[in-house]
Amino acid sequence: MSAMIEVSGLQKQFGPFTAVAGLDFSVSKGEVLGFLGPNGAGKSTTMRMIAGSLAPSAGRVTLCGFDMAEQARQAQRLLGYLPEGAPAYGDMTPRGFLGYVASIRGLDGTEAKRAVTRTVALTDLGSVLDQTIDTLSKGFKRRVGLAQAILHDPPVLIMDEPTDGLDPNQKFAVRKLITEMAAEKAIIISTHILEEVDALCTRALIIDRGCIVADGTPPALAARSRYHNAVTVRVAADLAPAVRREIEALPGVTSVEARPVGADEIALTAFTSGEALIIEPVAALATAKGWPLKGLYAEPGRLDEVFRRLTHSDAETDEKVVA
Amino acid sequence: MSAAASGASGVGAVFRREFAGYFETPLAYVFIIIFLFSTGAFTFYQGGFYEAERADLKAFFLFHPWLYLFFMPAIAMRLWAEERKSGTIELLLTLPVPVWASVLGKFLAAWTFAGLALALTFPIWITVNYLGDPDNGVILASYVGSWLMAGSYIAIGACISALTRSQVIAFVVSVLVAFLFTVSGIPMVLDLFSGWAPQVIVQAIASFSVLSHFQAIMNGVIDLRDIVFFVSLMGVWLFANVVVVDLNRAG
Repeated sequence: MSAMIEVSGLQKQFGPFTAVAGLDFSVSKGEVLGFLGPNGAGKSTTMRMIAGSLAPSAGRVTLCGFDMAEQARQAQRLLGYLPEGAPAYGDMTPRGFLGYVASIRGLDGTEAKRAVTRTVALTDLGSVLDQTIDTLSKGFKRRVGLAQAILHDPPVLIMDEPTDGLDPNQKFAVRKLITEMAAEKAIIISTHILEEVDALCTRALIIDRGCIVADGTPPALAARSRYHNAVTVRVAADLAPAVRREIEALPGVTSVEARPVGADEIALTAFTSGEALIIEPVAALATAKGWPLKGLYAEPGRLDEVFRRLTHSDAETDEKVVA
Repeated sequence: MSAAASGASGVGAVFRREFAGYFETPLAYVFIIIFLFSTGAFTFYQGGFYEAERADLKAFFLFHPWLYLFFMPAIAMRLWAEERKSGTIELLLTLPVPVWASVLGKFLAAWTFAGLALALTFPIWITVNYLGDPDNGVILASYVGSWLMAGSYIAIGACISALTRSQVIAFVVSVLVAFLFTVSGIPMVLDLFSGWAPQVIVQAIASFSVLSHFQAIMNGVIDLRDIVFFVSLMGVWLFANVVVVDLNRAG
């Protein structure tokens, strides 16, 4: 499958500040790429350059073979874009706004009507269609932005924080919507919510200070966590020291950390290195010793821990050194 | 779809949204009422429409440059500043329309709105025809000239609106710039230059005056040069508008 979004050598300087320091990646049909990174890492700047609202300082962006600098119209026709903060014309109603986007995208009467009806159903906007956008709740505003982006059923979809400001039910609905569309499209989303990456993305890119610091499937990224294959047992507090000693002695266990749970329980987490699976020895040990366990589980790894380790806090005040 | 076709449909879509946008808030009605009231007041009180006892609309058109100085920046100030403030410019720049089509669509919407306000002054034309026997050719020429002048001010205002996120700043700066273009032909300004500057420069400055070109048209002399002046003034500022929006994109 050829890449539908191709980004090569993408750079952006704002005066002396380097916001994006040379990104190379591509996204194929069927992929949902999650863009992760702290605030100020260059996520939105990158998305704006891919969508064509910001010109790169260097490098190029190609959407379905169309160069964003040379053939912007053709490229943008294939693109749906939800900008940061989901801006929309506050004085308009969702109906008017979507009609406007349809007409500016060159959809004619019946085609436009069909596209609007389909999109309104997908984003569940039917109840607010004739209210001005200014009066809508944050969740509805976000969905108006989403509706605008998918109105023409574009093969390339770029969404800057599509679920920001939505309640858990709405988040679920939007994720479901994106997942359903994913097979036929190349999608990039940015998010701060790491669970969303697990739920939604086939691949994640972690960006820090304008550079890619990690690129892989969510499980592969999680595997880089020290919690990868770590096993946690919960036991009564009085039993904990003995259990801890026994687990520490198991082969493959590199260290054990204790954390109190409630008043009289302790959670002991045994870490391991590499791919060693220690849940079976731990379980076997517990059975042999007859420990009354309150819980026992292994973890695939923690994305948030990987994220914290790979990224630095807000990059805004940092001196930027470009390699 | 060819580039020209997508540009043309883009102009249409942007025009319809912007034009309808004026009427989505009470602003349009307030504007038209104040505009009609002001033209009336100036015509009858300052212009001495009755006292002159002449069957023409000079007293009416005389004040247009000065009214437009404030009214046209007020129409134009929201065109781009609002998009920048609300972030919708981000959207506009990623829709498959060329920048020139957005610029033209917005300008035409504002210009049409100004034309509508101007057309609604028709009672004064009826009045003068009822009271006397005016030269309607001159009046028509003056209306056309007035509308062209309005377009020039709007083009200035639209371009300046693209430079800022604040409508207030856009308005104030536009008034200032429009003022410079208005007065550059009056003796007070020209005297500042005539003492030391070469005659060519003084003439060049004078030739930029909206006032002198409009007065020529108002006197019933439709000279191609005056029309060319207004059209090129609009053209230059709209071109600058495209450049400014492109600079926004450059970041």
